[in-house]
Amino acid sequence: MNLHVSGDVGTRTLAIIDAMKDLEGPLLPILHEVQAEFGYVPQESLPVIAKELNLSRAEVHGVVTFYHDFRDHPAGRHVLKLCRAEACQSMGADAIADRVKALLGIDFHQTTLDGAVTLEPVYCLGLCSCAPSAMLDGAVHARLDAASAAELVQEARR
Amino acid sequence: MTVSIYVPRDAAAVALGADRVVAAIESEASARGLDVAIVRNGSRGMHWLEPLVEVVVGHERIAYGPVKPSDVASLFDAGLLSGADHPLCHGAAKDIPFLKQQTRLTFARCGITDPLSLDDYRRYRGLTGLEKAIAMAPEAIVTEVTDSGLRGRGGAGFPTGIKWKTVLEATGSRKYIVCNADEGDSGTFADRMIMEGDPFVLIEGMAIAGLATGATKGFIYTRSEYPHAIATMSEAIEIARREGILGPSVLGSGRAFDMEVRVGAGAYVCGEETALLNSLEGKRGIVRAKPPLPAHKGLFDCPTVINNVISLASVPVILDRGAAFYRDFGMGRSRGTIPIQIAGNVKHGGLYETAFGLSLGEIVDHIGGGTASGRPVKAVQVGGPLGAYFPRALFDTPFDYESFAAKDGLIGHAGIVVFDDTVDMLQQARFAMEFCAIESCGKCTPCRIGSTRGVEVADRIAQGIEPEKNRELLGDLCNTMKFGSLCALGGFTPYPVLSAMAHFPEDFSPAPRVEAAE
Repeated sequence: MNLHVSGDVGTRTLAIIDAMKDLEGPLLPILHEVQAEFGYVPQESLPVIAKELNLSRAEVHGVVTFYHDFRDHPAGRHVLKLCRAEACQSMGADAIADRVKALLGIDFHQTTLDGAVTLEPVYCLGLCSCAPSAMLDGAVHARLDAASAAELVQEARR
Repeated sequence: MTVSIYVPRDAAAVALGADRVVAAIESEASARGLDVAIVRNGSRGMHWLEPLVEVVVGHERIAYGPVKPSDVASLFDAGLLSGADHPLCHGAAKDIPFLKQQTRLTFARCGITDPLSLDDYRRYRGLTGLEKAIAMAPEAIVTEVTDSGLRGRGGAGFPTGIKWKTVLEATGSRKYIVCNADEGDSGTFADRMIMEGDPFVLIEGMAIAGLATGATKGFIYTRSEYPHAIATMSEAIEIARREGILGPSVLGSGRAFDMEVRVGAGAYVCGEETALLNSLEGKRGIVRAKPPLPAHKGLFDCPTVINNVISLASVPVILDRGAAFYRDFGMGRSRGTIPIQIAGNVKHGGLYETAFGLSLGEIVDHIGGGTASGRPVKAVQVGGPLGAYFPRALFDTPFDYESFAAKDGLIGHAGIVVFDDTVDMLQQARFAMEFCAIESCGKCTPCRIGSTRGVEVADRIAQGIEPEKNRELLGDLCNTMKFGSLCALGGFTPYPVLSAMAHFPEDFSPAPRVEAAE
């Protein structure tokens, strides 16, 4: 392969691409895998992906930045997502969010100074009949109240 | 003797502690030297009772719920394994009124079977629809679906059979079946429940669609917010492939069909079918102008059927029982059943599958039991974040496509979110605009710019700045978005805004500000 891949990120990205590039429409699956590998989508991986998929760097950059899921820098050790869509609003999600923000001392899209928790909004986890809901590192929680939200913050802090 | 105990694996049950309940049951049983076999079923859809534990006693399944891990010891003390009475006992699960009054066609197996047991699936009439389809000509399958009256359950309500016919008649070296499982609407979870609770029915429906149209490849495009659905669906596809339901020769028919799950990346607009296709192709989820229709030029420019999960999951029962059987349910031009998702501030939240035609009031007050908070219902939003808010005065509206359209609303994906009298409708209107601004794909101006301006105008009304002029401006802006946007995101965001203004004008007339604006 006549490609100048420098460093660890390039090599690992290349391994991911090699395993997935025969998929139809491989870019999103590759980006998900890159994010799973590094915790974010490193800038250095973009030219490698572009070259391998015969895309321009601008196209790859455009796709990465379009989707809310892809990060350009690492998240905290834990990611806490609070649903703020209508069904959760109807059960007091806004107040829960205010409480969690106060406990963590951060706003949405921020990470605590100790790097423990990143707080993000999410628009629907499909748990609308047992609102308000949240997701901590992929694990779902429903029917939150002030006490259980505080427990969740405790868990995330660990 | 081993006693079978069902505890759902559905994300709603898990979010309420089902996994911890399973652990508690296992340790309690082993401490008492009792032999239990735990089956992780789908959810029955009675979410206020989750985690719902069912114990098999004779031919009945006795239900207990909502069970907390701390309840398990007392359940065993009372005689859980013999179905004994307990404050959490509801008797036989199938006799619980919420369940008993339903007409479950699409969700017939959901909550009853082990979602990943093909034996269970076959035992409850699974694969009979596909077997019948294999013996039919493609045109005959399409006719059956057309005659059933099935319309797109994603929200648009387009006749499924007509879509299939267009793809069948289109020429292309390759055709696709794309399942839109990007269920992003707040208040909806039917797609998630099917994928987690009865994934084979979706596989069967997609395979039938493949046979009917000549498509050989299918994609299920779902959300990264649904990790449980992704895992169950992917495992079910593996099993189906191993058992010859998918692959080069579907059930030995000599005709090929295979499929895979693809995961979105947190963009609501990818639930719009053309944005979804772009996303599947690995592009930004930007909406495409129509025509060309996806049926002519869809995924990778090939003829493509793109249907919602529930549309596709309703196909097996139509093929199995016949078009007339399905069509006999419903009212007017809305035929068959619809899985209504009752959510938000409601006492009995969950999934209720029934024929079209119940009134909104029956659904909210009788089936849903009113609010969870015990306060009066002020508004219900029907059809997700792009659906209208309905006041009590419109509770006589029958639940079908045309009746809701006639009241300037939509049933969408059939999600209903209930709000009590503490809700501020101006803030809900503002949120609709805010959500549109966050999720707009940016292609068309009315949606991209209009939504941001909408938030600002709503804020000015809330601050009491020239309220009359700004209300008029908000209405005007909605009109521009409604008629000038390329897709339903910008085009339907006005529904919640205009309905909130029309039905709850008092919330749009805040007390005038005492101080001057400067």
